[in-house]
Amino acid sequence: MTAESGVDPISIDVGSVLRGSRESLYSHLVTRPTGRAVRLAIEEQVAGHSRTALSLIDLSDVTVMDFSCADEVVAKLLMRYLEEDRPGDALFVFGGVCQSLHEPIQTVLERHGLLAVAQDSDGSCALMGTRSEEEEYVWTVLEGRGQIAAAELSEVFPGSHHRDALDELVLRRVAFAAPGDRSYHALSALVEN
Amino acid sequence: MRVIDLPASLDFQTYDELFAEVVAAAGEKILLNGRHLRYIGPNGMVGLLAAGSLGRDRSGEEPILELGAAAEVKSYLSRMGFFRASEGIFAAGTSFPRRSSGPSDILLEITPITTNSDVHDVVDRVQKRAGAILSNTLGYPPTSVVQFSVILSEVCQNILEHADAPGWVAAQSYNWRKRLGRQVVIISVADLGRGFLGSLSDEHSARFGDRWGDVTALEAAFIHGLTRFPDSGRGQGIQQIRKQVRRWDGLISIRSGTARIADVPSWFDAPPLEEGLTDFPGTQINIVLPERVDDDG
Repeated sequence: MTAESGVDPISIDVGSVLRGSRESLYSHLVTRPTGRAVRLAIEEQVAGHSRTALSLIDLSDVTVMDFSCADEVVAKLLMRYLEEDRPGDALFVFGGVCQSLHEPIQTVLERHGLLAVAQDSDGSCALMGTRSEEEEYVWTVLEGRGQIAAAELSEVFPGSHHRDALDELVLRRVAFAAPGDRSYHALSALVEN
Repeated sequence: MRVIDLPASLDFQTYDELFAEVVAAAGEKILLNGRHLRYIGPNGMVGLLAAGSLGRDRSGEEPILELGAAAEVKSYLSRMGFFRASEGIFAAGTSFPRRSSGPSDILLEITPITTNSDVHDVVDRVQKRAGAILSNTLGYPPTSVVQFSVILSEVCQNILEHADAPGWVAAQSYNWRKRLGRQVVIISVADLGRGFLGSLSDEHSARFGDRWGDVTALEAAFIHGLTRFPDSGRGQGIQQIRKQVRRWDGLISIRSGTARIADVPSWFDAPPLEEGLTDFPGTQINIVLPERVDDDG
């Protein structure tokens, strides 16, 4: 599915990145320099893909994440790949987001007006950050179906405001529109495949 | 030599007076007389280190700290790592032990914060120790150790990112049965850096005009989350610390320059803003987290 959809899956274990960072052998995502080092290491792993890179950022091994680190590892990473001059095309799913990580992640996303897909330890996905009711609804429908073909779009979303919201989710990089057939994919479905 | 008597109880409520006397000594060599000292909290300890450093820098000579014969005070200071931290600040030859004792019940000994790895070290250490104290002593949920670690991380980073000078952090639990009828955990941080006014002036003083000073600088950071960095992701640390301290019905105060600003819970009596204090050339952060009572929800 991912190859057909035009994305290259990458799995990045932040725990390993953290322990192997040049900063030192740290076990917690705290301090801004550590967050910056981890973000740069992630960007390095994402670089070099000719197609869209779908990155599962695995936070399962992270117990403590402070707001400075969340700003670097989540917000600044997402913002980097939303910029017009982004280093490549990448989509992110944050995995292993336990309850203690929710607050720092949600706070930095709201502060920057960002959206992200977060996967709980049980594998279920949720949208985090700032979104409209339409975006929430459309994302939930897409998440439930996994994929919506271009031909069935009007049937699934009869209202143009919902189709607009779907395109907005693609622009905000929490949904993927396959080039060519313009089918829409939930990021969680792409990760699973 | 200027002799300054330490009070019987040196904590965040009595420290200002001591500091004012150290400043008043100007360049004179100082002897801090602690013969009557019977209680000293984390704020008193890191404050004493700050006062000693200031006295040393202004007179060119390390102050003398006399602690008298109160074995309990010496033992406690030793367990808190005070004597280790005071090397190079107080005069050699002062009659106190240089070594701290072995493993203890201390939540976080006085720890100098000079680098990023010091913050990691602090978080690692409290992960191992804070769980039992927060759960058993304060009645907080088991997950509170994470929020507690985040608070410590953010206050320590405040030193590194804004002070441009080294500082200290310490934390310990206390029985405030008389004062509050509850147990508390106190976190204390101090540095002798440039303070909030110095940190924010270049970026923000122009917009405040004549009103710019210690009070407006503290309000800008504490209430509005302003920092000297243009990056919009900055300035969240203090805001998030305040939010978490409020959830636990705690007290937080920040003293910098001639002012102090605070979030004061209903169980404590203090003004939210004080000005005209003796100029403290840096920042002190004091956090008091009380034991949860049933109606805290």
